[in-house]
Amino acid sequence: MIIYGVTLLSVCTLTGITAGKILGTLIGVPANVGGVGIAMILLILAGSYLSKRGLIDMKTEQGVEFWSAIYIPVVVAMAAKQNVMGALTGGPMAITAGIAAVACGFALVPMLARIGADKAEENEKNASPATSA
Amino acid sequence: MYESLLHTTDKYNLVAGFAVIGVTMWFSYWISGRFTKGRIHGSAIAILLGLTMAYFGGAFTGGEKGVVDIPLLSGIGLLGGSMLRDFAIVATGFGVNIDELKRAGMTGVIALVMGIFSSFFAGVAVAMAFGYTDAVSLTTIGAGTVTYIVGPVTGAALGASSEVMALSIAAGLVKSILVMIATPFVAPMIGLNSPRTAVIFGGLMGTSSGVAAGLAATDPKLVPYGCLTAAFYTALGCLLGPSILFIMMRAIAG
Repeated sequence: MIIYGVTLLSVCTLTGITAGKILGTLIGVPANVGGVGIAMILLILAGSYLSKRGLIDMKTEQGVEFWSAIYIPVVVAMAAKQNVMGALTGGPMAITAGIAAVACGFALVPMLARIGADKAEENEKNASPATSA
Repeated sequence: MYESLLHTTDKYNLVAGFAVIGVTMWFSYWISGRFTKGRIHGSAIAILLGLTMAYFGGAFTGGEKGVVDIPLLSGIGLLGGSMLRDFAIVATGFGVNIDELKRAGMTGVIALVMGIFSSFFAGVAVAMAFGYTDAVSLTTIGAGTVTYIVGPVTGAALGASSEVMALSIAAGLVKSILVMIATPFVAPMIGLNSPRTAVIFGGLMGTSSGVAAGLAATDPKLVPYGCLTAAFYTALGCLLGPSILFIMMRAIAG
């Protein structure tokens, strides 16, 4: 049934967000520490566990997939409620700072991708003789 | 007539939100296909349109919530609010490939730390160029450039002036909105096309809303990977801002 998928998604979301809140309180940060990330990992693990045991049928999957598909409209709605006016009237310093940060971020993507790629290749090289032996 | 329409959209606000956003999506995909031959993704246009509507919403009402401040469109607030946003983002995780995630794991953590430091010091450098010299203001503005939540959290902890706090929030907003708009255009140049690079991108940019929208407009398949690392960014920023980053700034600025 579709509701089983929606329920699985709800339970994972609530558990993850709560865990993030608790983690935040424990380390004294007034923010949710990776709640959405934890929820996602829970859903990935629960999903693969249940489908391996054949406990997820197509209808159940559709319950999750609907929400995954509704994601882009949700993001558009989110864009429509941003304080764009506030960002633009924040003055030249705020705008320059924002631009500088984004430029740094973009520039670092290929750099970090390279570091990681080398390591991944090395791991594979290291791993392959071990497995063959 | 307006009264009864207002009454309906108020009572059925989420349904009204679905209707308005659905029409916006349809219009955006039509423009994408008709005028750009699909080269600019429909969702990128939709997000841009959303931001433009938010600008006019703010300009006409003087509020801070974009179109949500227009009574007829209040339902968009619920549809685009944190509850449904997080619910839908978690749902995208269902299609994640665990092996891809494992392979990107360590690089994702490095990206998180580097992302916070690079955004912070970019903000600090700009603040210095604009004449700020005291460690508290510099740290607060730098923290705001990390995300618009880290800014006020750090500023409150350090006792920054409200003017500096407002600036730090504005810097974070600019970053978030710019990531939404620029990502689909910059993605081909920086090789943002795989789950691994999406994990790195999420860690470097960190702004949840920016990463979510930017990746959605680039390639929806990459969304869960980026959002997974971005989910830890703000919290890590709140942790580092008033502590290590402030100590570093005090050492530099005195």
